[in-house]
Amino acid sequence: MTTPKLQLRGVAKHFGPKKVLDGIDLEVGKGESLVIIGGSGTGKSVMLKCVLGLIRPDRGEILIDGRNVVGLRGSAKEEYLSKFGMLFQGGALFDSLKVWQNVAFGLIQGRGMKKAQAKEIAIEKLGRVGLRADVGELYPSELSGGMQKRVALARAIATEPEIIFFDEPTTGLDPIMADVINDLIVECVKDLGASTLTITHDMASARKIADKLAMIYKGHIIWCGPKSEIDHSGNDYVDQFIHGRATGPISMDVLKP
Amino acid sequence: MTNPFALVGRATLAFLASSGRLAIFAGNGLQHVVRPPFYFGLIGRQMLAIGYFSLPVVGMTALFTGMVLALQIYIGSSRFNAESAVATIVVIGITRELGPVLTGLMVAGRVSAAMAAELGTMRVTEQIDALTTLSTNPFKYLVAPRLIAATLTMPLLVLIADIIGVMGGYLVGTAKLGFNYGSYLKSTVDFLEPMDVISGLVKAGAFGFLLALMGCYHGYHSRGGAQGVGSATTNAVVSASVLILAANYLITELFFAS
Repeated sequence: MTTPKLQLRGVAKHFGPKKVLDGIDLEVGKGESLVIIGGSGTGKSVMLKCVLGLIRPDRGEILIDGRNVVGLRGSAKEEYLSKFGMLFQGGALFDSLKVWQNVAFGLIQGRGMKKAQAKEIAIEKLGRVGLRADVGELYPSELSGGMQKRVALARAIATEPEIIFFDEPTTGLDPIMADVINDLIVECVKDLGASTLTITHDMASARKIADKLAMIYKGHIIWCGPKSEIDHSGNDYVDQFIHGRATGPISMDVLKP
Repeated sequence: MTNPFALVGRATLAFLASSGRLAIFAGNGLQHVVRPPFYFGLIGRQMLAIGYFSLPVVGMTALFTGMVLALQIYIGSSRFNAESAVATIVVIGITRELGPVLTGLMVAGRVSAAMAAELGTMRVTEQIDALTTLSTNPFKYLVAPRLIAATLTMPLLVLIADIIGVMGGYLVGTAKLGFNYGSYLKSTVDFLEPMDVISGLVKAGAFGFLLALMGCYHGYHSRGGAQGVGSATTNAVVSASVLILAANYLITELFFAS
């Protein structure tokens, strides 16, 4: 049996009395694309932040290539973080830096690469996501939402990471731009041979990107399986979610007058 | 319903928790101030923002403070025929107290607010998290350059404020109060001791550190969108100002009590 690229074992996290994650178990194989679906406030983002070491889980293990990374600090933490790329929901581009500097940031700051060389790679990556070289000289605030997402994608893949995380990659985009981003994600990931973990509530995007899907609800993974089985999961929660019904076992906390 | 003991307890615990958080934050920041790598470009940019662009407001503040000081001391000292002390009291007042404190407060208003707003926006738009995922420590990249730049720049600003403040007093003294040009300057210099200026500059460095620390701390820990950034900015300026005044007393006591 091969070691999975990324594995979560019993990861739990609570904030005050609120249990956000209640024992998450997940596996992402090498070169595999796992998409996690789930409603707002179900703990998707917290789980991602635990893996990235931004939040420390209360319990459980997070294994990268079979090595537990929970609680690592200093250079050991930097080493495992250098295997990651991340596309943030809002792009999270540095607005004080030009577009090419954003894309090259991980290369210059993280890897200590020379500026001229990093700029070349940055422009190549911008081309990879369909942006011309002159866009590199603009500032992020001068770009449209869709272009910002593409720049953020270019930044996420610039260091050729082994694992890439996508946090709601299509949120806030029109359906066509969303599909463009989905295609880019699929292509870029295939090129790099990277493992990916995506969290989304956009089912069209999930179906396009995923090899495997998992659904998170109230801090648990309630269903996990290959993409082809999502329509026959036999799980009422999953059915309700993928068809977007307001009624079903998942009740939204909406106060009725 | 509300138990008064619970209220006191909650407030005490909250105070202790935030003091602890601040201490850890300051320790973390200091650790990255002394450890390489240093981002000289970022430090330079911050020094420009803190120092150069604060010059107009600091200069104005110092000028008018020096002017009003001369006027008030003249009025006060004329009650017991001690008008000749105006120049000496102005220079000591400016270098020891008003130069560093007023410069500190003005720069806190400008710089702590700007830092809190910038870091706060970076926090709520996940740019600080993005730094971490790009193998860059946010303390090293964001906090340390600001702490270094503010601590180095404030003494320079205060030195300039001292000079402009004394000049304000000189202008009022000679043009309005009828002092002789030469004798005003002579009594300014004669009774001035190096320690007056040095203690002011030491204060300035400490105030610079505090105001940058407050700006970074509140920005770094801001939560919840535009409103969170807004209150982070307010808290940064208020806490920086109060800490500057408190530190001013402590440092004065250290220098002059013995």
